[in-house]
Amino acid sequence: MASHATTAPETHGHPALQHHFENMEQQREAGTLGMWVFLVTEIMFFGGMFLAYTLYRSLYPAAFASASNHLDITLGAVNTGVLILSSFTMAMAVYFTQVGKHRPQVLCLIMTLVLGLTFLGIKAKEYSDKYHDHLIPGRLIPGNPFNPVVAEHGDTDPHKLHLLEGATKEKVEMFYWIYFAMTGMHALHMIIGAGLLTYLIIFSLKLRFDPEYHSPVEVIGLYWHFVDIVWIFLFPLLYLLGRHLEHG
Amino acid sequence: MSEHIVPVRVYITIFAVLLVGTALTVWAAFQDFPWQLNTIVAMTIAITKATFVVLYFMHVRYSARLIWVILAAALFWMGILFALTFSDYWTRNWISIGY
Repeated sequence: MASHATTAPETHGHPALQHHFENMEQQREAGTLGMWVFLVTEIMFFGGMFLAYTLYRSLYPAAFASASNHLDITLGAVNTGVLILSSFTMAMAVYFTQVGKHRPQVLCLIMTLVLGLTFLGIKAKEYSDKYHDHLIPGRLIPGNPFNPVVAEHGDTDPHKLHLLEGATKEKVEMFYWIYFAMTGMHALHMIIGAGLLTYLIIFSLKLRFDPEYHSPVEVIGLYWHFVDIVWIFLFPLLYLLGRHLEHG
Repeated sequence: MSEHIVPVRVYITIFAVLLVGTALTVWAAFQDFPWQLNTIVAMTIAITKATFVVLYFMHVRYSARLIWVILAAALFWMGILFALTFSDYWTRNWISIGY
Protein backbone atom coordinates (compact mmCIF):
# COMPACT_ATOMS: atom_id res chain seq x y z
CA MET A 1 0.00 0.00 0.00
CA ALA A 2 1.06 3.58 -0.46
CA SER A 3 2.97 5.11 2.41
CA HIS A 4 1.98 8.52 3.65
CA ALA A 5 5.45 9.93 3.06
CA THR A 6 5.42 9.47 -0.71
CA THR A 7 2.75 12.00 -1.63
CA ALA A 8 3.52 12.76 -5.24
CA PRO A 9 3.09 16.51 -5.68
CA GLU A 10 2.00 16.23 -9.31
CA THR A 11 -0.99 14.00 -8.38
CA HIS A 12 -2.10 16.14 -5.45
CA GLY A 13 -4.81 18.45 -6.69
CA HIS A 14 -6.28 16.09 -9.31
CA PRO A 15 -10.00 16.92 -9.62
CA ALA A 16 -10.94 13.25 -9.03
CA LEU A 17 -9.02 13.03 -5.72
CA GLN A 18 -11.42 12.64 -2.77
CA HIS A 19 -10.55 14.58 0.38
CA HIS A 20 -10.16 11.50 2.61
CA PHE A 21 -7.28 10.12 0.53
CA GLU A 22 -3.67 11.26 0.74
CA ASN A 23 -3.05 11.00 -2.99
CA MET A 24 -4.24 9.40 -6.21
CA GLU A 25 -2.22 6.21 -5.70
CA GLN A 26 -3.72 5.56 -2.27
CA GLN A 27 -7.20 6.23 -3.66
CA ARG A 28 -6.64 3.85 -6.57
CA GLU A 29 -5.31 1.07 -4.35
CA ALA A 30 -8.23 1.45 -1.95
CA GLY A 31 -10.64 1.11 -4.88
CA THR A 32 -8.92 -2.00 -6.21
CA LEU A 33 -8.90 -3.54 -2.74
CA GLY A 34 -12.63 -2.88 -2.34
CA MET A 35 -13.34 -4.51 -5.70
CA TRP A 36 -11.39 -7.62 -4.68
CA VAL A 37 -13.40 -7.91 -1.48
CA PHE A 38 -16.56 -7.76 -3.59
CA LEU A 39 -15.15 -10.42 -5.93
CA VAL A 40 -14.56 -12.68 -2.89
CA THR A 41 -18.31 -12.56 -2.18
CA GLU A 42 -18.87 -13.38 -5.86
CA ILE A 43 -16.53 -16.38 -5.62
CA MET A 44 -18.54 -17.64 -2.64
CA PHE A 45 -21.83 -17.00 -4.50
CA PHE A 46 -20.82 -18.99 -7.57
CA GLY A 47 -18.98 -21.45 -5.28
CA GLY A 48 -22.31 -22.61 -3.87
CA MET A 49 -23.57 -23.45 -7.35
CA PHE A 50 -20.32 -25.20 -8.29
CA LEU A 51 -20.76 -27.25 -5.12
CA ALA A 52 -24.32 -28.22 -6.13
CA TYR A 53 -23.02 -29.19 -9.56
CA THR A 54 -20.16 -31.32 -8.16
CA LEU A 55 -22.46 -33.04 -5.69
CA TYR A 56 -25.20 -33.98 -8.15
CA ARG A 57 -22.71 -34.99 -10.79
CA SER A 58 -21.10 -37.38 -8.33
CA LEU A 59 -24.57 -38.78 -7.49
CA TYR A 60 -25.89 -39.01 -11.10
CA PRO A 61 -22.81 -39.40 -13.38
CA ALA A 62 -24.61 -41.13 -16.26
CA ALA A 63 -27.51 -38.66 -16.33
CA PHE A 64 -25.15 -35.69 -16.20
CA ALA A 65 -23.12 -37.08 -19.11
CA SER A 66 -26.30 -37.74 -21.14
CA ALA A 67 -27.69 -34.26 -20.49
CA SER A 68 -24.34 -32.61 -21.14
CA ASN A 69 -24.03 -34.34 -24.51
CA HIS A 70 -27.23 -32.64 -25.64
CA LEU A 71 -25.60 -29.20 -25.35
CA ASP A 72 -24.14 -27.67 -28.52
CA ILE A 73 -20.37 -27.96 -28.13
CA THR A 74 -19.66 -25.68 -31.13
CA LEU A 75 -21.73 -22.80 -29.73
CA GLY A 76 -20.16 -23.34 -26.30
CA ALA A 77 -16.61 -23.32 -27.68
CA VAL A 78 -17.25 -20.26 -29.89
CA ASN A 79 -18.68 -18.44 -26.87
CA THR A 80 -15.59 -19.34 -24.85
CA GLY A 81 -13.43 -17.78 -27.59
CA VAL A 82 -15.66 -14.69 -27.73
CA LEU A 83 -15.39 -14.21 -23.98
CA ILE A 84 -11.61 -14.70 -23.92
CA LEU A 85 -11.24 -12.16 -26.73
CA SER A 86 -13.45 -9.72 -24.79
CA SER A 87 -11.23 -10.18 -21.73
CA PHE A 88 -8.23 -9.38 -23.91
CA THR A 89 -9.82 -6.20 -25.30
CA MET A 90 -10.81 -5.22 -21.74
CA ALA A 91 -7.21 -5.67 -20.57
CA MET A 92 -6.08 -3.57 -23.54
CA ALA A 93 -8.62 -0.86 -22.64
CA VAL A 94 -7.03 -0.65 -19.18
CA TYR A 95 -3.58 -0.51 -20.78
CA PHE A 96 -4.50 2.31 -23.19
CA THR A 97 -6.05 4.26 -20.30
CA GLN A 98 -2.87 3.84 -18.26
CA VAL A 99 -0.69 5.17 -21.08
CA GLY A 100 -3.16 7.93 -21.94
CA LYS A 101 -4.14 6.86 -25.47
CA HIS A 102 -7.71 8.00 -25.65
CA ARG A 103 -8.92 6.79 -29.05
CA PRO A 104 -7.74 3.14 -28.77
CA GLN A 105 -9.06 3.11 -25.21
CA VAL A 106 -12.61 3.96 -26.34
CA LEU A 107 -12.29 1.53 -29.25
CA CYS A 108 -11.27 -1.33 -26.94
CA LEU A 109 -14.17 -0.60 -24.58
CA ILE A 110 -16.64 -0.64 -27.50
CA MET A 111 -15.16 -3.91 -28.79
CA THR A 112 -15.51 -5.45 -25.32
CA LEU A 113 -19.16 -4.41 -25.17
CA VAL A 114 -19.88 -5.78 -28.66
CA LEU A 115 -18.20 -9.09 -27.80
CA GLY A 116 -20.16 -9.29 -24.54
CA LEU A 117 -23.42 -8.78 -26.43
CA THR A 118 -22.33 -11.40 -29.00
CA PHE A 119 -21.88 -13.87 -26.15
CA LEU A 120 -25.38 -13.11 -24.87
CA GLY A 121 -26.82 -13.50 -28.38
CA ILE A 122 -25.27 -16.95 -28.81
CA LYS A 123 -26.46 -17.88 -25.30
CA ALA A 124 -30.00 -16.82 -26.23
CA LYS A 125 -29.82 -19.09 -29.31
CA GLU A 126 -28.83 -22.00 -27.06
CA TYR A 127 -31.65 -21.29 -24.61
CA SER A 128 -34.10 -21.16 -27.50
CA ASP A 129 -32.87 -24.58 -28.76
CA LYS A 130 -33.41 -26.06 -25.29
CA TYR A 131 -36.90 -24.52 -25.21
CA HIS A 132 -37.84 -26.20 -28.48
CA ASP A 133 -36.53 -29.56 -27.24
CA HIS A 134 -38.64 -29.20 -24.05
CA LEU A 135 -35.57 -29.16 -21.80
CA ILE A 136 -36.46 -26.15 -19.63
CA PRO A 137 -36.71 -27.83 -16.19
CA GLY A 138 -39.88 -28.08 -14.13
CA ARG A 139 -42.69 -25.77 -15.19
CA LEU A 140 -40.62 -22.59 -15.48
CA ILE A 141 -42.19 -21.88 -18.86
CA PRO A 142 -46.00 -22.13 -18.69
CA GLY A 143 -47.32 -24.61 -21.25
CA ASN A 144 -43.87 -26.05 -21.99
CA PRO A 145 -42.90 -28.31 -19.07
CA PHE A 146 -39.74 -30.43 -18.98
CA ASN A 147 -40.60 -33.27 -21.36
CA PRO A 148 -37.79 -34.26 -23.75
CA VAL A 149 -38.25 -37.06 -26.26
CA VAL A 150 -36.00 -39.97 -25.37
CA ALA A 151 -34.21 -41.46 -28.38
CA GLU A 152 -34.50 -45.18 -29.11
CA HIS A 153 -31.32 -47.18 -29.56
CA GLY A 154 -29.75 -46.31 -32.94
CA ASP A 155 -31.70 -43.07 -33.34
CA THR A 156 -29.25 -40.20 -33.89
CA ASP A 157 -31.69 -37.27 -33.86
CA PRO A 158 -29.77 -34.54 -31.97
CA HIS A 159 -33.04 -33.00 -30.69
CA LYS A 160 -33.86 -36.14 -28.75
CA LEU A 161 -32.36 -37.08 -25.41
CA HIS A 162 -29.83 -39.90 -25.65
CA LEU A 163 -29.76 -41.62 -22.27
CA LEU A 164 -26.65 -43.51 -21.26
CA GLU A 165 -27.06 -46.59 -19.08
CA GLY A 166 -28.24 -45.62 -15.59
CA ALA A 167 -29.64 -42.23 -16.64
CA THR A 168 -33.28 -41.28 -16.21
CA LYS A 169 -35.29 -38.26 -17.36
CA GLU A 170 -35.70 -37.11 -13.74
CA LYS A 171 -31.97 -37.10 -13.11
CA VAL A 172 -31.35 -35.32 -16.44
CA GLU A 173 -33.81 -32.66 -15.28
CA MET A 174 -31.56 -32.06 -12.24
CA PHE A 175 -28.68 -31.29 -14.62
CA TYR A 176 -30.84 -28.76 -16.45
CA TRP A 177 -31.86 -27.03 -13.20
CA ILE A 178 -28.17 -26.58 -12.42
CA TYR A 179 -27.32 -25.68 -16.05
CA PHE A 180 -29.93 -22.91 -16.20
CA ALA A 181 -29.14 -21.63 -12.70
CA MET A 182 -25.41 -21.36 -13.41
CA THR A 183 -25.50 -20.09 -17.00
CA GLY A 184 -28.45 -17.84 -16.10
CA MET A 185 -26.59 -16.20 -13.22
CA HIS A 186 -23.53 -15.94 -15.45
CA ALA A 187 -25.60 -14.28 -18.19
CA LEU A 188 -27.07 -11.87 -15.61
CA HIS A 189 -23.51 -10.90 -14.68
CA MET A 190 -22.77 -10.37 -18.37
CA ILE A 191 -25.83 -8.09 -18.71
CA ILE A 192 -24.70 -6.06 -15.68
CA GLY A 193 -21.19 -5.98 -17.19
CA ALA A 194 -22.61 -4.65 -20.47
CA GLY A 195 -24.32 -1.86 -18.51
CA LEU A 196 -21.06 -1.02 -16.73
CA LEU A 197 -19.21 -0.97 -20.06
CA THR A 198 -21.79 1.42 -21.49
CA TYR A 199 -21.11 3.72 -18.53
CA LEU A 200 -17.35 3.44 -19.16
CA ILE A 201 -17.74 4.26 -22.85
CA ILE A 202 -19.87 7.34 -22.15
CA PHE A 203 -17.46 8.70 -19.52
CA SER A 204 -14.44 7.84 -21.66
CA LEU A 205 -15.93 9.92 -24.46
CA LYS A 206 -16.25 12.75 -21.91
CA LEU A 207 -12.47 12.37 -21.28
CA ARG A 208 -13.10 11.49 -17.63
CA PHE A 209 -10.26 8.93 -17.37
CA ASP A 210 -6.52 9.57 -17.65
CA PRO A 211 -3.25 7.92 -16.50
CA GLU A 212 -3.72 9.50 -13.04
CA TYR A 213 -7.37 8.56 -12.58
CA HIS A 214 -8.81 5.38 -14.11
CA SER A 215 -10.05 3.30 -11.19
CA PRO A 216 -13.49 2.74 -12.78
CA VAL A 217 -11.84 1.21 -15.88
CA GLU A 218 -9.56 -0.92 -13.71
CA VAL A 219 -12.22 -2.25 -11.30
CA ILE A 220 -14.85 -2.90 -13.99
CA GLY A 221 -12.05 -4.70 -15.82
CA LEU A 222 -11.55 -6.88 -12.74
CA TYR A 223 -15.29 -7.66 -12.70
CA TRP A 224 -15.27 -8.52 -16.41
CA HIS A 225 -12.29 -10.89 -16.03
CA PHE A 226 -13.98 -12.55 -13.06
CA VAL A 227 -17.08 -13.27 -15.15
CA ASP A 228 -14.75 -14.66 -17.84
CA ILE A 229 -13.14 -16.99 -15.27
CA VAL A 230 -16.56 -18.32 -14.20
CA TRP A 231 -17.21 -19.25 -17.84
CA ILE A 232 -13.74 -20.86 -18.15
CA PHE A 233 -14.98 -23.35 -15.52
CA LEU A 234 -18.58 -23.61 -16.75
CA PHE A 235 -17.61 -24.55 -20.30
CA PRO A 236 -15.74 -27.83 -19.57
CA LEU A 237 -18.03 -28.77 -16.65
CA LEU A 238 -21.32 -28.29 -18.50
CA TYR A 239 -20.42 -29.01 -22.13
CA LEU A 240 -17.47 -31.40 -22.17
CA LEU A 241 -17.60 -33.81 -19.28
CA GLY A 242 -19.59 -36.58 -20.99
CA ARG A 243 -18.24 -36.35 -24.54
CA HIS A 244 -15.85 -39.29 -24.29
CA LEU A 245 -18.78 -41.55 -23.30
CA GLU A 246 -20.92 -40.50 -26.27
CA HIS A 247 -20.03 -43.42 -28.55
CA GLY A 248 -19.16 -45.89 -25.83
CA MET B 1 2.75 6.82 -10.08
CA SER B 2 4.16 3.51 -8.98
CA GLU B 3 1.44 1.62 -10.83
CA HIS B 4 2.86 -1.28 -12.84
CA ILE B 5 1.86 -1.17 -16.51
CA VAL B 6 1.77 -4.65 -18.04
CA PRO B 7 3.34 -4.59 -21.53
CA VAL B 8 1.15 -5.35 -24.55
CA ARG B 9 3.17 -8.43 -25.57
CA VAL B 10 2.31 -10.02 -22.19
CA TYR B 11 -1.41 -9.48 -22.84
CA ILE B 12 -1.08 -10.97 -26.33
CA THR B 13 0.83 -13.98 -24.98
CA ILE B 14 -1.83 -14.65 -22.31
CA PHE B 15 -4.58 -14.29 -24.91
CA ALA B 16 -2.84 -16.89 -27.12
CA VAL B 17 -2.35 -19.23 -24.14
CA LEU B 18 -6.07 -18.99 -23.30
CA LEU B 19 -7.10 -19.83 -26.87
CA VAL B 20 -4.70 -22.79 -27.00
CA GLY B 21 -6.06 -23.96 -23.64
CA THR B 22 -9.62 -23.82 -24.97
CA ALA B 23 -8.70 -25.84 -28.08
CA LEU B 24 -6.81 -28.33 -25.92
CA THR B 25 -9.73 -28.87 -23.53
CA VAL B 26 -12.16 -29.48 -26.42
CA TRP B 27 -9.73 -31.97 -27.98
CA ALA B 28 -9.14 -33.73 -24.64
CA ALA B 29 -12.88 -34.06 -24.04
CA PHE B 30 -13.23 -36.46 -26.99
CA GLN B 31 -10.35 -38.72 -25.87
CA ASP B 32 -11.39 -41.66 -23.75
CA PHE B 33 -8.88 -41.48 -20.90
CA PRO B 34 -8.94 -44.17 -18.21
CA TRP B 35 -10.41 -43.70 -14.72
CA GLN B 36 -11.41 -40.08 -13.90
CA LEU B 37 -8.62 -38.58 -16.01
CA ASN B 38 -11.02 -36.76 -18.37
CA THR B 39 -12.30 -34.66 -15.47
CA ILE B 40 -8.83 -34.15 -14.05
CA VAL B 41 -7.41 -33.01 -17.41
CA ALA B 42 -10.36 -30.63 -18.00
CA MET B 43 -10.04 -29.10 -14.53
CA THR B 44 -6.26 -28.78 -14.77
CA ILE B 45 -6.61 -26.83 -18.02
CA ALA B 46 -9.41 -24.65 -16.56
CA ILE B 47 -7.42 -23.87 -13.41
CA THR B 48 -4.33 -23.03 -15.50
CA LYS B 49 -6.37 -20.67 -17.71
CA ALA B 50 -7.99 -19.02 -14.67
CA THR B 51 -4.57 -18.57 -13.03
CA PHE B 52 -3.23 -16.77 -16.11
CA VAL B 53 -6.27 -14.47 -16.17
CA VAL B 54 -5.92 -13.67 -12.47
CA LEU B 55 -2.16 -13.09 -12.55
CA TYR B 56 -1.91 -11.01 -15.72
CA PHE B 57 -5.29 -9.69 -16.94
CA MET B 58 -6.27 -8.92 -13.35
CA HIS B 59 -2.74 -7.70 -12.47
CA VAL B 60 -2.53 -9.76 -9.27
CA ARG B 61 1.08 -10.66 -10.01
CA TYR B 62 1.97 -6.97 -9.67
CA SER B 63 -0.52 -6.14 -6.90
CA ALA B 64 -0.10 -5.46 -3.19
CA ARG B 65 0.32 -8.41 -0.81
CA LEU B 66 -3.07 -7.63 0.68
CA ILE B 67 -4.75 -8.59 -2.62
CA TRP B 68 -2.96 -11.96 -2.50
CA VAL B 69 -4.20 -12.50 1.06
CA ILE B 70 -7.79 -11.67 0.11
CA LEU B 71 -7.72 -14.03 -2.87
CA ALA B 72 -6.14 -16.81 -0.82
CA ALA B 73 -8.81 -16.35 1.85
CA ALA B 74 -11.56 -16.72 -0.77
CA LEU B 75 -10.08 -19.95 -2.12
CA PHE B 76 -9.53 -21.27 1.41
CA TRP B 77 -13.17 -20.67 2.34
CA MET B 78 -14.25 -22.32 -0.91
CA GLY B 79 -12.14 -25.30 0.16
CA ILE B 80 -14.01 -25.44 3.48
CA LEU B 81 -17.35 -25.32 1.64
CA PHE B 82 -16.40 -28.33 -0.50
CA ALA B 83 -14.48 -30.30 2.16
CA LEU B 84 -17.18 -30.19 4.82
CA THR B 85 -20.03 -30.92 2.41
CA PHE B 86 -18.28 -33.89 0.84
CA SER B 87 -17.05 -35.27 4.14
CA ASP B 88 -20.78 -35.64 4.83
CA TYR B 89 -22.03 -36.97 1.48
CA TRP B 90 -19.16 -39.35 0.80
CA THR B 91 -19.33 -41.00 4.21
CA ARG B 92 -23.11 -41.45 4.50
CA ASN B 93 -23.02 -45.09 3.34
CA TRP B 94 -20.17 -46.11 5.61
CA ILE B 95 -22.54 -47.17 8.39
CA SER B 96 -26.06 -48.46 7.74
CA ILE B 97 -28.23 -46.74 10.30
CA GLY B 98 -30.84 -45.42 7.89
CA TYR B 99 -31.44 -41.71 7.51
